[in-house]
Amino acid sequence: MTPTPTQDTRGSGALAALAALGRGGTATVALLLALIFAGIATQNPSFFEGPPLMAFAQKAAPLVVLAIGQYLVIVSGEFDLSVGSLVGAQVVVAARLIDGREDMTLPVIGLMMLFGLAVGLVNGLVTTLLRVPSIITTLGTMLILFGAVRYWTGGAPTGALSESFRAFGRRGIEGVPVLGEIPWALLIALVLTVGAVLCMRSPFGRSLVATGDNDVAAAFSGVRVWRVRTMAFVGSSLMATVAAVLIGGYAGVTAQVGDGLEFTAITAVVLGGVVLGGGRGTVVAAVLGALTLEALFTLFTQFYLPSTFQPSVQGLIIIAAVAYAARRGDLRLPERLRRRPDHPTERSLGTSRR
Amino acid sequence: MTPPSTPAPTRALRSLRSRLGTTGLVYLALAVLLAVSAALVAARGENLLTTANTVDLLTRSSLLGFLAIGQTLVILCRSLDLSVGYVAALSTVVAATTMAGDPSRVVLGVAVTLGVAGLIGLANGLVVTGLRVNPFIATLGMGLIIKGYLDTNFQGPAGEIPAAFQAFGYTRISVLPVSTLVMLGMAVAAVLFLRRTRTGYHIYAVGGDAEVARLSGIRSGVPTVTAHVLCSVTAGVAGLLLAARFGTGSATVYSGGYELEAIAAVVLGGTYLLGGRGGVAGTVAGVLILATLDTVFNVLAVDPFVKEVLRGVIVIAAVAVYARGGNSGARTRFPSGGAAPPSPGPRPGSRAAPDPGSEPSPQPLGGRR
Repeated sequence: MTPTPTQDTRGSGALAALAALGRGGTATVALLLALIFAGIATQNPSFFEGPPLMAFAQKAAPLVVLAIGQYLVIVSGEFDLSVGSLVGAQVVVAARLIDGREDMTLPVIGLMMLFGLAVGLVNGLVTTLLRVPSIITTLGTMLILFGAVRYWTGGAPTGALSESFRAFGRRGIEGVPVLGEIPWALLIALVLTVGAVLCMRSPFGRSLVATGDNDVAAAFSGVRVWRVRTMAFVGSSLMATVAAVLIGGYAGVTAQVGDGLEFTAITAVVLGGVVLGGGRGTVVAAVLGALTLEALFTLFTQFYLPSTFQPSVQGLIIIAAVAYAARRGDLRLPERLRRRPDHPTERSLGTSRR
Repeated sequence: MTPPSTPAPTRALRSLRSRLGTTGLVYLALAVLLAVSAALVAARGENLLTTANTVDLLTRSSLLGFLAIGQTLVILCRSLDLSVGYVAALSTVVAATTMAGDPSRVVLGVAVTLGVAGLIGLANGLVVTGLRVNPFIATLGMGLIIKGYLDTNFQGPAGEIPAAFQAFGYTRISVLPVSTLVMLGMAVAAVLFLRRTRTGYHIYAVGGDAEVARLSGIRSGVPTVTAHVLCSVTAGVAGLLLAARFGTGSATVYSGGYELEAIAAVVLGGTYLLGGRGGVAGTVAGVLILATLDTVFNVLAVDPFVKEVLRGVIVIAAVAVYARGGNSGARTRFPSGGAAPPSPGPRPGSRAAPDPGSEPSPQPLGGRR
């Protein structure tokens, strides 16, 4: 029931890290990230000189936050396809409500949190209590949010975000030696990462992983499966809300904001070696997966690859990453799973029907 | 629809289901929907079943139908295909550039298009079975690969469809568009394939439990790969229909969200998302339900954004009704698994649970993993 041990052995020396490489998981994605950073360094040696690195961190922070949220849901054995739409909805709603007024910033952020909480609750309760597969639930939420927000704004986003709202996404602590400016986005992502790691080590986190691994067994051992999974959905929606604040600040308000983010977040989590279907993988790996994906996009721009080509590479990478994880599964899975070599899926989708 | 706290309608639904079967229930829902819609439209002094509206409804359903029939096969063997929208987009481009406006190249164009689509399906199937990549990721990745190719190489319309083939998109026999006839023919073929052929049976077996299927001597990779190939080919046919209607290859049709709509139609049709249960007949009803909704929303001039909201609500509600309709109790695979835990999930504990004895407690599906 414990999360994969890689998280615990991390940092206990290079030897342990090397040994972990063969097993995959956190160490594998860390190595991949290092390789991509090395690739970036050969193209652009000044990348690690502080300001460019901070700019990268600022750009990557929203995806990291989204990956944490998506991790919570995926490790419990579900999906959340609604986060992209939720990010878009939150940004547009915030712009309309704030409409450039500074004094509205904090109340609106509070309101966004409540809205995120409500969306997460609906996703979670419909999935667990009404036993609708999560892929359908969150697909429905995605359609509902998409339509409702556009209906409310008449198709095009109106209003503007205030300066203090945008500060979270594009300002930081200035005048720091060497680094130049530490973006707020980086600090927020760091705090949330640490929080998520602590959360996954708490009884709640253990129950979450246990539920994703085998929800019947978890239920027999006293976990309230429905409550744990609903909490995961709430967590995912709250993380999407935080990401919306960061993205709105960084990129501003457009009608397309948030499009396709759900699949990018799932890609990031899977790249970190977290198994779809639940029960395996660490939150640190998911965060590293998000960083790796963002670093890869940076590398593309440095090689002057046409940006239209990015999806192809993204597609190849996630297939390769999951194929690699499946191969590694051969060596590592317990007997119970290993004796079904022909099983076409690791575990299928939307297994909320219990 | 059915409020979760009242067991009586649920029980009524369950007994109705036992008499009609899931597919019958879906067709009943379709009939009710048609009647309600016709009444709503009539209340505004219009007629739902005019020629124009019927043709619109049937044309909508033929496109979604192609995609959903293929998707049914894949979902039945417990896989999933998120690449169908991209395959359809690629197919429009392949068909239009191969035909290049020359009527004598129509057959070649169709053959090449379906061939390319089939190869993509083969790749999907092999990645899912051979490399054991989760189908969600495998087909999403495949879709992204195709998207990158299309975005890089085809910025605008490409190629040209000869008038002879555009007829596929527009010809109709009284109110029946030819494309709908092709779609229905394909549905019948798919039903026969599932009911009458060895591979068809194996698809159900593998979807029900791959391990049991393997122990019974089925090479479980074969049905899955076959289903993926067929699914991509039907997506190719959908692409041909789109190309015939547009008269050219348009790479951007993938943004229509067809894959998710097709999955919604399959699930609405009563096919179990975890494989092994359901069928193409229900899917056709699911497709007709979605197409009816679209047509009615158009006739009633519902705001297009409200339409999205309503569609989302209806899909969730319908699936919730199916889930509550008792299919967890309807098929207990391994009843020897012991008594259910006191609170296996949310059901008994969370609700007020007035009389737990009247509701068969859901059995853990022992064979599921």
